Amino acid sequence: MGQRLERASRPGNVRAKAITRRLRLAPFIHFDQVTKSFGPLRVVDQLDLQVAKGEFVSLLGPSGSGKTTILMMLAGFEHPSHGAIWLDGTRIENLPSHKRNMGVVFQNYALFPHMTVAENVAFPLVMRGVGKREAGERVARALDMVRLAHLKDRRPSQLSGGQQQRVALTRALVFEPTVVLMDEPLGALDKQLREHMQLELRDLHRTLGLTVIFVTHDQSEALTMSDRIAVFNRGRIEQLDTPEGIYDRPRTRFVAEFIGETNLFEGVVQRVEDGIAEVALTSGVGVRAALLAPVEVGAPILASVRPERLHLQGEAGAGNVIPVTVTDNVYQGDHLRTHLAGPGLDLVAKVQRRVPVGPVGSTAFACFEPSECTLIAPDKAPGSAS
Amino acid sequence: MKVTSTLLRIGGAGLALGLMVAGGTASARDLTVVSWGGNYQDAQKKIYFEPFSKKIGKPVLDESWDGGIGVIAAKVKAGVPNWDVVQVETEELELGCADGFYEKIDWAALGGKDKFLPAAVSDCGVGAIVWSTMLSYDADRLKTPPTSWADFWDTTKFPGKRGFRRGPKYSLEFALMADGVKPEEVYKVLGTPEGVDRAFKKLDELKPNIVWWEAGAQPLSLLASGEVVMSTAYNGRLAGINKTEGKNFQGVWPGSIYAIDSWVILKDSPNAKEAMNFIAFASEPVNQSKLPDYIAYGLPNKEAAAMVPAALQKNLPTTQANLTGAIALDGAFWVDNVEELTKRFNAWLAK
Amino acid sequence: MSGSPARARVSALLLVAPLFLFLAAFFVWPLVMMITVSVTDGTVRQVMPETASAIGAWDGSGLPPKEVQDALIADLRAPSEQMAFGDAVRRLNSEVSGFRTLLSRTTSAVRDLPPDQTVDLAGIDPRWGEGRYWQALQRAMPNYTDRNLLAAVDLKRDTEGSITADVSANRVIMVRTFTIAALVTALCALIGLPYAMIAAASTGWVRNVLLLAVLLPLWTSLLVRTASWVILLQNEGLINKALIAVGIVDQPLQLIFNRTGVVIAMTHVLLPFMVLPIYSVLLGIPRNLMPAASSLGASRLRAFWHVLLPMALPGVASGSLLVFMVALGYYITPALVGGAEDQMISSVIAFFATGTANWGMAGALGLILLVTTTALYLVYGRLSRSPNMVGA
Repeated sequence: MGQRLERASRPGNVRAKAITRRLRLAPFIHFDQVTKSFGPLRVVDQLDLQVAKGEFVSLLGPSGSGKTTILMMLAGFEHPSHGAIWLDGTRIENLPSHKRNMGVVFQNYALFPHMTVAENVAFPLVMRGVGKREAGERVARALDMVRLAHLKDRRPSQLSGGQQQRVALTRALVFEPTVVLMDEPLGALDKQLREHMQLELRDLHRTLGLTVIFVTHDQSEALTMSDRIAVFNRGRIEQLDTPEGIYDRPRTRFVAEFIGETNLFEGVVQRVEDGIAEVALTSGVGVRAALLAPVEVGAPILASVRPERLHLQGEAGAGNVIPVTVTDNVYQGDHLRTHLAGPGLDLVAKVQRRVPVGPVGSTAFACFEPSECTLIAPDKAPGSAS
Repeated sequence: MKVTSTLLRIGGAGLALGLMVAGGTASARDLTVVSWGGNYQDAQKKIYFEPFSKKIGKPVLDESWDGGIGVIAAKVKAGVPNWDVVQVETEELELGCADGFYEKIDWAALGGKDKFLPAAVSDCGVGAIVWSTMLSYDADRLKTPPTSWADFWDTTKFPGKRGFRRGPKYSLEFALMADGVKPEEVYKVLGTPEGVDRAFKKLDELKPNIVWWEAGAQPLSLLASGEVVMSTAYNGRLAGINKTEGKNFQGVWPGSIYAIDSWVILKDSPNAKEAMNFIAFASEPVNQSKLPDYIAYGLPNKEAAAMVPAALQKNLPTTQANLTGAIALDGAFWVDNVEELTKRFNAWLAK
Repeated sequence: MSGSPARARVSALLLVAPLFLFLAAFFVWPLVMMITVSVTDGTVRQVMPETASAIGAWDGSGLPPKEVQDALIADLRAPSEQMAFGDAVRRLNSEVSGFRTLLSRTTSAVRDLPPDQTVDLAGIDPRWGEGRYWQALQRAMPNYTDRNLLAAVDLKRDTEGSITADVSANRVIMVRTFTIAALVTALCALIGLPYAMIAAASTGWVRNVLLLAVLLPLWTSLLVRTASWVILLQNEGLINKALIAVGIVDQPLQLIFNRTGVVIAMTHVLLPFMVLPIYSVLLGIPRNLMPAASSLGASRLRAFWHVLLPMALPGVASGSLLVFMVALGYYITPALVGGAEDQMISSVIAFFATGTANWGMAGALGLILLVTTTALYLVYGRLSRSPNMVGA
């Protein structure tokens, strides 16, 4: 159980515990059985989601999974077909969006092209009747914070993508909104800038104590920034958990496959003992996996092992061992992607450069600890995780 | 006779210049006849263009225009005109003839000048129709019929608005008649500066009650809607609407002004010979006498006029009873004065 | 041997040549012709060369000396090209009415006499005894003239050559033309902006119907359209009947054959020129700007005022320019549904261009219109501070 101890000592998990505590007292945002239909199409299906004050929650899912609709309902641009949305103890689903006091950052920034940077940032203050002088000071301070003061008289079209992004963010924050909603705000930036902005956003969230709902289809973005991630599929939450929980302990096949890469094996539970389940894979190999949730003996089950958890060794070691033949080596810079063929199964392993790997056709042993293997109950409807 | 101005023309010299460009050359072009469009041209097509085309075994093209010596000038000055025969109004005949825009007429081919009304004979043109501008009213609305231009001016006896064609032509003549000038002396009076002043002064009296019209169809709809109680109108239109829409529009022949539209051949027309043949064909009594069946215009060929049935005669300007008290439009007067009087008329309108 | 860069240049030139030819043929050349024709005046000199050289020395007072009269007789006797003579006559008659009959009478009289017999011009026609016909002849001799340009703004030169007022109403009509065009533009903007917004916000067949409805007047014949307006607007028309029926008025309102009718009818037909540019600008506005404004605390009205309206303005500006320019050239509609005080300058231009073949006057009026419009456009461009608004 050394792995568990190690996880609990991470700062993210401390935060997670604090959040759980806060949620138990009173959720800040609460979607209560919210359904949204467009005609016969149910885009959001009986959603129940609670967010604590100061939390950074990512809504992650493929396009069409309903995550943006949820954000739009929270912002007030869409209205639930059924159910209630609560904000800080008040029902808000009928409140017009301009009275909700939420800062929204749109996918393409939605900056006003006919206004300068300063005018864009001042817009929410002007709408709130803030005096000209005070507004000017607050705008100047906000632009200083994102290091854009020198661009205040430019038009949005004269800015780079990253600068536009920061202006949009500043505009959404300058009026101190109760919640900040972001709809794929980094999608249009190049990779390097995106990663830089991810860290910047996370820092801003921590220093200002903002409550952030962040929609993305980019798993690494969600993993980097979030306190918790809600993985969406077909209008429903597949799993709501901390980034570690989502990655290390996926509860459904969809989550396991959508987040990161994994090796999935079908099998049947043979025996449960001491928190360890023995599973006979369809291919005939037997593996042992640490239990996270109770399973029934004789039930069909999926075993998931992340590629980076597979160790390639010349000789069999402790734990799970699968004899394999190397079928391909793909050079990836910091690691090798090695394709392996075992008895009746194919595997992918990510191998660090310092570990020697034999050439194609050579044999080896793929080893992993039971704690590195996660068991997932198969979907009730076959094929629904595709 | 400007029938209708259906085309929106971008004003200005650009038009005339554009026509000069469009003129171009046409080598083997078929005979092209140009008239005033509408019902009138439809009738002409049936009784002149199509039979003539059959006779010569070649197509006859027809186009319509809205008048204006500027259009003729542009065509002729382009070199080889793309029109051959054109039906023109009195002033266009006079002006164009003086300025050399038309070929000379071969009167021998037409059987001699004395077969036609004297007013229909010119060096450059052969009369095609005689038409009148007259005082008209809706007899179903107006129980006491007006009989003179003095009545037209009398707004106490006949309250209501009057329709008038915009422009000095006709307006000044009718004003003088309303002021007591005998019809046959109108142009003598109008030829003096005092006469012109007198006409404008008389128009002053009626100005607040005038609705100005431009296209020939307008006075009829003005009368039909009761927008005006009386209007100047073209006699052919009156008879036409009575026939087709069962209206009871009447015109007052005494004091009316008749004018002659003529066929002319444009200078240097490549089809000049065929054009002359066409004019002769359209002037034959048998052919010409069919026209009043379609539209109530008088016929300049005396023989043709005599062949028109009595029932149709009563609507024609050339019928003897209708000529009493009527005068001919003085083309020479208007050719000399139209520019100056239009300028003054516009200034008077804007006052 | 030409290198390939030169070849490339030539083929590039050949590719744009049609455009330049088109511009030259349909824009530059007519414009140059219009300006030229409005200031040139050589027609009389051409057919009366002797008179032209003799009359220059005359001081313009009383009657010209005998040499001038003899020169005129010589010119009239000499055979001249009929069309050129016609041009000269038209030119003279447009200055002094009656010159046409005077000249034709004199010419035939002079030509009928034996060549060596002395001619008494005043005997042929007493008008030759009046100074003004001679002065008109003298004024017609120079190759260039400001007469048309002066006449276009209601001015003329008197016998001493100084500029005085002329009896015409071109200035009034010009001002009226600009007033009506401005009024129609303003109305088009007022109706066109909300209309375009509704069209841009709607989808599917609703949008198609809205756009079709606004385009329809462009495809309808002018007479049909005018007749419809008469049916609607006349004293016994639908609108007046409805107003009387519901008791808003007890006398029919005069809605047609006056300025109201002209403005209504012109606004109707010019509306597409306003709606379409605004519509296309609105379509180009990102969809999320209005939600963004709303999320930042702007009510619908304020979002419209601060975001949508300023962004639609370039469309309104180019639409206004289009409508205004097109409206300036209208004359059939004012003629058919307007009153006496609603005639526009194009009708005067058309009168000179087609009615009397006085292309000099037509050109001068066109030139004044062009200059005024250009000046207005420059002022407008300066005021709106956006030099690229048409092309944008």
